[in-house]
Amino acid sequence: MPEPILNIQGLKAFYGDFQALYGVDMYIEPGEVLAIIGANGAGKTTLMRSVTGLLSNGPGQIHFQGNDISQLRADEVAMQGLAMVPEGRQLFPSLTVKENLMIGAQVGRQGPWNLDAVYRLFPILEERKDQASTSLSGGQQQMVAIGRALMANPDLIMFDEISLGLAPIVIKDIYAALPGIINGGMSAIIVEQDIAQALKVSSRVYCLQEGRVSLEGASDKVSREEISRAYFGIE
Amino acid sequence: MSLQNYSVTRSSKAARVAAVLGALCVILLISAPWWAGRAEMRLLGELFLYLALASLWNLMAGYAGLVSVGQQAFVGFGGYMLFALTMFGGLHPFAAIALAGVLGALVSVPVAVLIFRLRGAYFAIGTWVIAEVFRLGFAQVSALGGGSGSSLPMAIVKSLASKRDMREALSYWLALGAAVLVVTCVYLFLRSRQGLALTAIRDNELAAKSLGIDIWRTKFTVYVVTSALTAMIGALIFLQKLRISPDAAFSVNDWTAFVIFIVVIGGIGTIEGPIIGTLVFFALRETLADLGTIYLIVLGIVAIVVMLKAPKGIWGLIRTRFDLQLFPLGYRVIAPKDDKEA
Amino acid sequence: MDWVNAIVQGTLLGGLYALFAAGLSLIFGVMRLVNIAHGDLIVMAAYLGLTVTATVGLHPLAALAIVVPAMALIGYVLQRGLLNQTLGEDLLPPLLVTFGLSVILQNGLLEVYTADPQKMDAGALETASIAMGGLTLGVLPVLTFAIAVAVIWALQWTFYHTAVGRAFRAVSDNQDIAQLMGLNRRHVFGLAMALALGVTAIAGILLGIRTSFDPSIGGGRLIFGFEAVIIGGLGNLWGTLAGGVILGIAQTVGAKIDPGFQILAGHLAFLIILAIRPNGLFPRIAA
Ligand SMILES: Nc1ncnc2c1ncn2[C@@H]1O[C@H](COP(=O)(O)OP(=O)(O)OP(=O)(O)O)[C@@H](O)[C@H]1O
Ligand SMILES: [Mg+2]
Repeated sequence: MPEPILNIQGLKAFYGDFQALYGVDMYIEPGEVLAIIGANGAGKTTLMRSVTGLLSNGPGQIHFQGNDISQLRADEVAMQGLAMVPEGRQLFPSLTVKENLMIGAQVGRQGPWNLDAVYRLFPILEERKDQASTSLSGGQQQMVAIGRALMANPDLIMFDEISLGLAPIVIKDIYAALPGIINGGMSAIIVEQDIAQALKVSSRVYCLQEGRVSLEGASDKVSREEISRAYFGIE
Repeated sequence: MSLQNYSVTRSSKAARVAAVLGALCVILLISAPWWAGRAEMRLLGELFLYLALASLWNLMAGYAGLVSVGQQAFVGFGGYMLFALTMFGGLHPFAAIALAGVLGALVSVPVAVLIFRLRGAYFAIGTWVIAEVFRLGFAQVSALGGGSGSSLPMAIVKSLASKRDMREALSYWLALGAAVLVVTCVYLFLRSRQGLALTAIRDNELAAKSLGIDIWRTKFTVYVVTSALTAMIGALIFLQKLRISPDAAFSVNDWTAFVIFIVVIGGIGTIEGPIIGTLVFFALRETLADLGTIYLIVLGIVAIVVMLKAPKGIWGLIRTRFDLQLFPLGYRVIAPKDDKEA
Repeated sequence: MDWVNAIVQGTLLGGLYALFAAGLSLIFGVMRLVNIAHGDLIVMAAYLGLTVTATVGLHPLAALAIVVPAMALIGYVLQRGLLNQTLGEDLLPPLLVTFGLSVILQNGLLEVYTADPQKMDAGALETASIAMGGLTLGVLPVLTFAIAVAVIWALQWTFYHTAVGRAFRAVSDNQDIAQLMGLNRRHVFGLAMALALGVTAIAGILLGIRTSFDPSIGGGRLIFGFEAVIIGGLGNLWGTLAGGVILGIAQTVGAKIDPGFQILAGHLAFLIILAIRPNGLFPRIAA
């Protein structure tokens, strides 16, 4: 087994007194696409926020490419090559489309992704490059959010519910672009409510339930029964 | 584990002890004219008035979220009203003090309507603008001495009491009475329905809104009441000083900076904080005031350090260490003593 | 003609007020911080200018070359060392900490420079004037106004056409996501404060050439700057310039009616605008 690119061990997360994660163990290998599923409030977004350094963690809980990143600031984690497409897109409203993309390159990592490459992936963005990011449709905004993360040329990219609030046809377009993104050897974590979609694009899957891992397995091996048990916690 | 074993209470042993000690203290202080010297009485009188100002500022900033750096507007206004009403209205100083409060409330209404449009920190600076308007405005009134101010005529001073000792005792008791009155009012207000609503707003504005609490009106009420009481304290302050000028009456340092230091050091958002803060402030002043500007720099540094390292001030530190509350506001759940399951 | 003159002089004075306001507006825009010590920092810059002119013998305007970077450095250190610790949901810490800072600065200046009023000597520049269409304009006020326009144009350009400006806007929009983009918000805030105090340095020097100053006048300068910001509308730098001009005109026209009425007239103009246009004349962001 190759060294995991991201290795999470016993991760706990808190919001004040409220505990959202209770010792999560998880790993992803280089070049792998991992899916994370789970009901609303299971802790998926919290997990992403912990990994990216937006929440503070205890030491030794998260290793990225062999380094302990548990206690780094979010900007330092980003510099190491970990990018996220956040839940709900969260573009910068006072920046244009192009500026939103350019700010993704702020980490200063070299690689295949630059403005031209993003425009090739999503041609519509070039047409709209000088518009305010808020003036785009939801699907176009999601493309900007994805492009913005790619501009950092990350080694691992995490997508938090990229299909949230989008029409099925748009979701199809976005997922169609996914192979083109991951081809270059990038690893990816996909958080998704649509279980079928998640299983289709990933090689392995984790299910979270109330802050704990309730299922782990190869995406083509897990059964519907296993998933619904892990998902809803009913026997 | 049955719920019946738990009891809910507002009172606590510490609070009862504090109430008794507090009452003894007040009685002792009332008798001060018989045992204290002239200088001590002046100092105590000043201390009481600062305590009153600090408690009022704390009610606004620590509970209602109205951080003002312009309370000198009402201190000065009250002072000037005392002079104007006694000199031109022929009122007895006591009546003038009461009326200064009423007038303070009246002018605070349009002021509030205006500056409540400013949010947060901009509200703070807005209050300062108002204080400047008052200062410049009163400096234009030549009947009150214009920019150089005026002194309270001896006849009016004598109308309080003919003998100096008696006058000083009277003004001391007034100051003590004002402090006790303000602290009691603040305490009772915070225990009332509106007061609890205020604490709810402070802790979570959104939740308070969804509970149907009219935030604007609650804050408005606090602002008007505080302004009225501040104006009365201002009248008392200048009854002690017997001289008023725009710069002294509307001094941001004297009536706001010191008050803020008192509250921050003692513990903002607690009733006990201003009391402790006032004691600490006067202790520092009496020992360091000779240092002049250095003393003020030290005060500023202490306030910043407290704000950053112990945002609830000295009282906050004491309270977390000993779980004390001398002015019980909230209810506490007391766990049964012999709870074997717990 | 007298009234036209008052309005023209007020407009030029407004340039100085816009310079007081620009730094305030900038840091509010980037990090929602309102710095109560802003006026005292302006006065401090004037004193730094005084020291530089006195010790090095430079012309006050040449002293800008030293005072601007010095103030910028002070701004960065102040932000990272102190003010960053106060940022968060709670409004009280930044407000009270900058209030404490104001008291410290004011008394520190008093300790070092005493309470005696001081003035910077700019030689012939102070009295030079140009005649224009029947009006006599002082070269210094005209220069001040031109500098104000240039500074605001430069700030605007920095905001919308540079990587730093992009970072300012991104952090202002969403601090968390900006961090994910590799921006350290503490550093970005430090840069914003450095820029703001650089502008403050210019304001302080021009103030110190124009009038005499002493350590106690900081509060007044803060208020003028604040009024210009609110009149112009939050988050709009050109609006801030307009706000400064309106304030300046109100003051000179007020002074024309009665010399004792100058400052009061400015405050009243501010309150009237607050009453009829609570969000200022040209608002861009909500407070
Ligand atoms: N800022 C916060 N403060 C307090 N609790 C929070 C906060 N954010 C999330 N939580 C709580 O943490 C738990 C996990 O939330 P999280 O957002 O990680 O869930 P999720 O799996 O991403 O859900 P969804 O599918 O709805 O996005 C929930 O119980 C949620 O209420
Ligand atoms: Mg989520």
